[in-house]
Amino acid sequence: MKILVCVSKTPDTTSKIAFKNGNTQFEDAGVQWIINPYDEWYALVRAIELKEADASVAVHLITVAGADAEPIIRKALALGGDEAVRINIDSNDSYTIAYQIAEYAKTGGYDLIFTGKETIDYNGSAIGGMVAELTNSAYVSLATKFDIAGGQATVTREIEGGEETVTTQLPLVVSCAKGVAEQRIPNMRGIMAARTKPLKTVEPFAVDALTTVAEYELPPAKTGVKLVPADNVAELVKLLHEEAKAI
Amino acid sequence: MSVLIYIDHTDGHIKKSSFEALTYGADVAKQLGVPAHGLLLGTVSTPLTELGKYGINTVHHVANEAFNTLDAQVHTQAIADAVQQAGATVVVFSQNQTGKAVAPRLSARLKAGLVAGAIALPDTSNGFTVKKSVFSGKAIAKVSVNTAIKIISINPNSYKTVATEGTATVNNLAITPAAATTKLVSVNKVTGDVPLTEAEVVVSGGRGLKGPENWGILLDLAQVLGAATACSRPVGDAHWRPHHEHVGQTGVQIAPNLYIAIGISGAIQHLAGVNRSKVIVVINKDPEAPFFKAADYGIVGDAFEVLPKLTEEIKKLKGVA
Ligand SMILES: Cc1cc2nc3c(=O)[nH]c(=O)nc-3n(C[C@H](O)[C@H](O)[C@H](O)COP(=O)(O)OP(=O)(O)OC[C@H]3O[C@@H](n4cnc5c(N)ncnc54)[C@H](O)[C@@H]3O)c2cc1C
Ligand SMILES: Nc1ncnc2c1ncn2[C@@H]1O[C@H](COP(=O)(O)O)[C@@H](O)[C@H]1O
Repeated sequence: MKILVCVSKTPDTTSKIAFKNGNTQFEDAGVQWIINPYDEWYALVRAIELKEADASVAVHLITVAGADAEPIIRKALALGGDEAVRINIDSNDSYTIAYQIAEYAKTGGYDLIFTGKETIDYNGSAIGGMVAELTNSAYVSLATKFDIAGGQATVTREIEGGEETVTTQLPLVVSCAKGVAEQRIPNMRGIMAARTKPLKTVEPFAVDALTTVAEYELPPAKTGVKLVPADNVAELVKLLHEEAKAI
Repeated sequence: MSVLIYIDHTDGHIKKSSFEALTYGADVAKQLGVPAHGLLLGTVSTPLTELGKYGINTVHHVANEAFNTLDAQVHTQAIADAVQQAGATVVVFSQNQTGKAVAPRLSARLKAGLVAGAIALPDTSNGFTVKKSVFSGKAIAKVSVNTAIKIISINPNSYKTVATEGTATVNNLAITPAAATTKLVSVNKVTGDVPLTEAEVVVSGGRGLKGPENWGILLDLAQVLGAATACSRPVGDAHWRPHHEHVGQTGVQIAPNLYIAIGISGAIQHLAGVNRSKVIVVINKDPEAPFFKAADYGIVGDAFEVLPKLTEEIKKLKGVA
C-alpha cells in the first residue's frame, strides 16, 4: 500500500501577521515557519503508524511550496516517511495546489492520500476534497479515527454535535483532525535518518488559478475591555443585555 | 442565471447554518438581479414551500432518501447536475461539515472558483471579490473569483438569518444518485446539546476551574443562556470534558455572538479558535491574564464566586425562577 501525505508550511501561531506590497502579499520576513499542526500531528503520524504496523506500506510526503519549505519537509521526514517531493510553486489558490498534488499522485499510484483538516493560515479545508475529485477517489473529511483492513477503510468523522463512522473503498482521500493520532516529537535517530532521505523538487504542472487574493486587511481592533467589579455582576448582565445586545 | 443555495439537513431537520446560507444567497441574488433557488437532496419533515420566507422563490428537490447520508462523491455529482439544470452561476454552501466535504469537490469538478469561509457579501463593483477570514481570524483576505461559476462557502454565524413572508415553488428534479462510495456504520450524537459550531452563545471553561467536579456551576450558566459548552485544550486533554468541546487552533473554531471564557488564560492558540466571536466576556482572577486584551467585557474575580451570581442575575433578566 502506498500513502501520500500532504504537508503544508504555515507561520508559527505567535508570528505577527502583516502584509506588504500594498497589502497584496503576506509579509514573510522574520516569520518562523512550522509544519501545519494537523498535517504534522495527525495525518503524518497516522501514516507512520500504518507503516510501523505493516512494513510493506510506503509513506511519501508532498508539499507544494517554494524552497523556504525545505526545512519543514525535512522535519516531517524526521518524524518518519520514506521520501518527499516538493512541487516548486508558491500559490494560495487552493485549486492550483490541489492540481499539483493530484497530478503528482496520478504518477505514483497511491491508495491513500492524507491531508490535515485545514491549514491554519488559509483555513480553507478545501485541498482534500479537490484532490479527491481530481483523482476520482472517495473522500472522507474531518476524520477523527482511521483504520484499514483488507482494502477497506473504516473512518470516523466529525458531524455537528457528534461523530459518525463509515466504511469506504480505496483509492481514498482523508482529511485528518484531532483524534486520528497522537502528536510525536522527532528523535535524534529520525533527524539523522532524514538527512539522507530523498527529497526531490519537481517543477509545477501547468494550470490556471481559479481565485486570486486581491488584498488583505486586518480586522478592526478591539476597543479595549470594559471591566466590571466582581461584586457587581448585575452590571455585567445589564451591559450584555442593553449595550452589547448579546443576551 | 441564478444563485443556487445548498440546503443541508440532519435527522429530518434543516440545519440552522443553512438558513443563514439561504438568507445570504438570497441577498447575493438580489445584488446580482437574478433569482435565488434552493437545492435540497434527500428528505426532511419541513414543508419546502415555507423556505420562501428566506428569500428564495424555487426549491429544487431530489426526494431520494439515499441522499440523507453524506457521501462526498455522490452528493457532488448530484449538485453538479442541479447546477447545470438550474443554470446557476453562483452556488452557496455553509462552511459546515457538509460544505467542507462537498464544496471543494464541486469546485474541482466544475472548475469553479471557491471562497471557503466567506464572511461577507461579494463586492461586484469590479469583478467578483469575497472577503474571507484567514490566519485563524487574525486577518481578512479579499478573494477574487476568476471563473464563470462561483462557489461561496459562508462561515457559520457570520450572516444573520432573516425570515419574512413568502412561499417557494417546489421543483422536483430527476437526479439518480451515483453508486455510493461510503457506507454508514454508526452515528454517535451527543443528544440534547446545542452543536458547538451552530451555537449563538458559548460558555467555556479552562484549567482555572480546577477539576471536572466543578463544572456544575458552568453548566448551570450555560443552561439559563441556552448556550453550548466548550473548553480549553488542557481541559480536553485531561478528560475533564469530552475532547470535541475543545476550541482553539487545534480544536473547533467557533464564531458565536457571545463567548464567555471562565478560568482560561487566553493563550494565542486558544484565541485562534474563538477570536471571531462577536462579543467576548472574560472571567479570570488574574488581572494580567492575556485574555482580557481580546475581551469586550471582563470581571477580575474568582469564578467560583462570580458564576453562581451571574447565573442568578441572568435568571432574573429572563424572568425564570
Ligand atoms: C501548538 C499548540 C497548539 C495549541 N492548541 C490549543 C487549542 O486549540 N486550544 C487551547 O485552548 N489551547 C491550545 N494550546 C495550549 C495553550 O497554549 C494553553 O496552554 C492553553 O490554552 C491553556 O489553557 P487554560 O487557559 O485552560 O489553562 P491555564 O493557562 O493554566 O490558565 C488558567 C487560567 O485560569 C485562571 N484561574 C485560576 N483559578 C481561577 C479562579 N478560581 N477563577 C477564575 N480564574 C481562575 C488563571 O488566572 C489562568 O489565567 C496549544 C498549544 C500549542 C503549543
Ligand atoms: N501547499 C500545500 N502543499 C501540500 N499540502 C497542502 C498545501 N496546502 C494545503 N495542503 C494540505 O491540505 C490540507 C487542507 O488545507 P486547506 O484546504 O488550505 O485548509 C492541509 O492540512 C494540508 O494537508
